[in-house]
Amino acid sequence: MKEARGTVFKYGDNVDTDVIIPARYLATSEPSELAKHCMEDIDKSFIKKVKPGDIIVASKNFGCGSSREHAPIAIKAAGVSVVIAETFARIFYRNAIDIGLPIVECKEAAEEIQAGDTVSVNFDTGIITDETTGKTYKGQSFPPFMQQLIDAGGLIPYINSRE
Amino acid sequence: MGMTMTQKILAAGAGLPSVEAGQLIEAKLDLVLGNDITAPVAIKEMDRFKKQGVFDKDKIALVPDHFVPAKDIKSAENCKCVREFARRNRITNYFEVGQMGIEHALLPESGLVSPGDVIIGADSHTCTYGALGAFSTGVGSTDMAAGMATGKAWFKVPQAVRFNLTGELGKWVSGKDVILHIIGMIGVDGALYQSMEFTGPGVASLSMDDRFTISNMAIEAGGKNGIFPVDEKTIEYEKAHGAEPGTIFTADEDAEYAATYDIDLAEIKPTVSFPHLPENAKTFDEIPEIPIDQVVIGSCTNGRISDLRIAARILEGRHIAEGIRCIVIPATQRIYLKALEEGLLKTFLEAGAVVSTPTCGPCLGGYMGILAAGERCVSTTNRNFVGRMGDVTSEIYLASPATAAASAIAGKIADPSAY
Repeated sequence: MKEARGTVFKYGDNVDTDVIIPARYLATSEPSELAKHCMEDIDKSFIKKVKPGDIIVASKNFGCGSSREHAPIAIKAAGVSVVIAETFARIFYRNAIDIGLPIVECKEAAEEIQAGDTVSVNFDTGIITDETTGKTYKGQSFPPFMQQLIDAGGLIPYINSRE
Repeated sequence: MGMTMTQKILAAGAGLPSVEAGQLIEAKLDLVLGNDITAPVAIKEMDRFKKQGVFDKDKIALVPDHFVPAKDIKSAENCKCVREFARRNRITNYFEVGQMGIEHALLPESGLVSPGDVIIGADSHTCTYGALGAFSTGVGSTDMAAGMATGKAWFKVPQAVRFNLTGELGKWVSGKDVILHIIGMIGVDGALYQSMEFTGPGVASLSMDDRFTISNMAIEAGGKNGIFPVDEKTIEYEKAHGAEPGTIFTADEDAEYAATYDIDLAEIKPTVSFPHLPENAKTFDEIPEIPIDQVVIGSCTNGRISDLRIAARILEGRHIAEGIRCIVIPATQRIYLKALEEGLLKTFLEAGAVVSTPTCGPCLGGYMGILAAGERCVSTTNRNFVGRMGDVTSEIYLASPATAAASAIAGKIADPSAY
């Protein structure tokens, strides 16, 4: 998949991993189980409304807090195709790349794109298009090493490919 | 151009003469850590590697501490998964209930961390070991799995933010107040992707427990790690706990910092972080009367022996306010035993507190002190996010053990300076 397209769910600064997937559900690591509670403590309607391909747009420091990989796993299993944010907390950033959840850092897009907009992201060019407003944005590109990890489908396939 | 302390450790770990901020490196790992929440995910991932097995059975630490003794059937299954993996791979440092403790108090206490080590842990508070002059950082379960399989991890070399400490802390003021003050000053993403380096003449006056608390919460400012220089106190601590001497790194004189903050420890006051972010730090001149329902004294941030001593000094001969639950959680078995021998547990029980076996339980809303709708808790833990300790309408006020103990007696958020 080199392109994502879907409807936007919009959130603010410092969306932490406790609201992405509350610890009371961490006794399981089953992606479909985790997805049922994704974003529950910040947006109870998210999981009822989200459709495969939909997009999360947030402001600064998305995914701060706990190192729980359950957070990007829940988002990915909920069907989200990409998370766009001004910045990501560093452990979430690593985890997303490691498990193959696409993420894009772009300040302008994070500020201007509104909830409910239809947005597409071309991962080859890094171009984000808000089809509702017609505006385009350029997401920050990854350093070559990280792009290799992403292209391999995550950290483990990457390590296996080097064996 | 000179290197920071963190950059020097990473350069050595990567086998390179020098590194610079932004460079992507692969470093050898001295220790890989996981707990009962994160390790099961990593263990499942281990099956996906072409090359099976662990890189070094002595350099992996598995600590079931979050939901143990198992709080429900699913938690028991997770613990079983970790236990069986540890047996199968003959992991030296697996800590069963009875030997365990909260991981970030337990590993230094067990002598598993040495200065100059490169450590990853599938727990965000792995940054705690910076207090011992090691590079340590939190990662997710896939990174933990890769670390266990290969003994290596990739890192982006961080820029550093420097905190130049001077002066000495006042009475009832501790490392917790320092780090809450710092997070209040720079914000929850104030050190995003960066290392926080604590230096200056004020470091010498800080106890090891204060340093652990400060490094522990570097992640709450978005930091990659939080590191202290190695001094006599560090060396004495390491000797007392049977750690290898390790390698002492010091920052170059001409190392570059993204920012330098000067902090006079004598000016730090008891500090409380209000819901729902650790950056909402306030001092008592700006705190109104706030009644509370619960107090938690413990966690990887503040469950060490000096934290319990401070709380006991305030609680001794006094009683917790009517209707308040006060939960004290020694961080490790050894700390628990010491608290018993020193009479601290008697003080807690006589004051009307309960004392729990070591667990992360309430800090992340697992068990052992979950909050109902609208309840308020003063807690020595590290996060006050929405719903972190229970219902989404409950509130967590982060504070030091002294402030927590004073609040338990008053039944409201209270300044320990009165004692």
